[in-house]
Amino acid sequence: MLELKNVSAGYGTFQALFDVSLEVRAGEAVAVIGPNGAGKTSLLRVISKVIDLNGGQISMEGVALNDVPAHRIIELGIAHVPEHRRLFPRLTVEENLKMGGFIADARAHFEERLAYVYELFPRMKERRHQLAGTMSGGEQQMCAIGRGLMSGPKLLLLDEPSAGLAPVIVQQVFDLVRRIRQEGYTVLIVEQNIQQVLKVVDRAYLLEVGQIKMSGSSQELLENDDVRRAYIGL
Amino acid sequence: MDFPLTDPFFWETVIQGLLFGGVLALLSLGLNIIFGVIDVVWICYAELIMIGMYTIYFLYSDYGVPLPLAMGGGVLVVAVLGAALHHFIIRPILHTEPINQLLVTGGVLFFLQGFATLAFSVEFRNLGVSFGSIEAGDMYIPTTRLLAFVVSLVAVVGLWLFLKRTYLGTAIRAISQDRDVMPLMGVSPRKIYLVTSALGGGLAGLGACLLVLLYDIHPAIGLTFGPITFMVCVMGGLGNMIGGFIAAFIFAEFIALGGFYAEIEWGYVIAFAFFIVMMFIRPQGILGTKN
Repeated sequence: MLELKNVSAGYGTFQALFDVSLEVRAGEAVAVIGPNGAGKTSLLRVISKVIDLNGGQISMEGVALNDVPAHRIIELGIAHVPEHRRLFPRLTVEENLKMGGFIADARAHFEERLAYVYELFPRMKERRHQLAGTMSGGEQQMCAIGRGLMSGPKLLLLDEPSAGLAPVIVQQVFDLVRRIRQEGYTVLIVEQNIQQVLKVVDRAYLLEVGQIKMSGSSQELLENDDVRRAYIGL
Repeated sequence: MDFPLTDPFFWETVIQGLLFGGVLALLSLGLNIIFGVIDVVWICYAELIMIGMYTIYFLYSDYGVPLPLAMGGGVLVVAVLGAALHHFIIRPILHTEPINQLLVTGGVLFFLQGFATLAFSVEFRNLGVSFGSIEAGDMYIPTTRLLAFVVSLVAVVGLWLFLKRTYLGTAIRAISQDRDVMPLMGVSPRKIYLVTSALGGGLAGLGACLLVLLYDIHPAIGLTFGPITFMVCVMGGLGNMIGGFIAAFIFAEFIALGGFYAEIEWGYVIAFAFFIVMMFIRPQGILGTKN
């Protein structure tokens, strides 16, 4: 579904990604793991074209993304739930969801998708008139994922959904990710919480200093001695 | 002095203030939405109104266009002017120091004023349209002022509904809270800024429709309304439309009642003195939260 070939990207003179190749097949959940500053967020940002591609190719279902501007990526079926959730704090929950369904194709399905998101996250229905910025971190993450679903995506990009949340909430967030998988979405997730994320995905890539260092099934990475020593602390 | 509550002139003054407040509220709306969304102050805002007034005047007086159509033309011209101002002048320097945006729109102010002086001369022009007065008890309320007040309220409510109910309006509110995340929603910030600028210009044009009924048109009329519009916005909390709305009525009543107890010029002096005091007490404005 999504394919990156030898992708390089960065911010100005700083290069964040070197020659990254990876693939996400339809129906899969794939994680990109790695330490802070490895370029995980940059990886999702280059797929969304929020940062420029300096080299290589990205394609979604055979369509090259190289010349697609950032605000058109969502029309190709890619929804990006950004780091730190980035809800509109002074809009209500429902208004945030409405923004997620801004594109023309999504407006026609607004009511049914809203009902779907509320069914998936009943808590959001209870809070639909509340300002998003006044909710707890876990609820905000629900809202952010719900906002991503409003465009009716095929592929969901999740950037550190567990970051900055209390441990008990982190567990709930990974349950959410599991639910999203069961709903049939293809997921590319970036996480620092390696032990948890490897339990919910099929495959993973290890990213270090902007380069893919290792890839394999979740099981393989979980059992790899280097990964265990460096990231899981066992 | 008599107890004012039984004095019909007192009440007439209060109502005049209220009506003037409606006009000020409308004038502040466009400036506020531009600042609230794009974070830029259009110093030349009142000069856009002036161009709108001239457009309406010439369409109506010289070309015989019916007044409502001429006013529609005025709104359209200023809306396009607002979009052009953003596209050609603001956008290239949007990410530089804020002082640059003040200086450049200040430059546009003098450009438009100079342009109007050259093109239209300093002559005072009047549309010569009067709708008479409404008599209520011992009070006389000019119909044009009442009309201006009603149009202001309708515009405020209409804008509120637009911002609250439509996708575009919601996006305009959203972009003021987080610009960089907008592309992930499939929204082009550049397009939203352009639409917002046209909207701000359109509101300035609507202000022109009201002012053209109430005042003479001349190249420096912007100086009469520019500072007070700016102060209304600042007192309400720059970018806060509800705050600006409240501040507009406070200002207008100060001016009207000042005029009732002394001369109208004293009304302005008192209103501006109040503004200065307010800036010491609440520098962020009545409802402002920004620092």
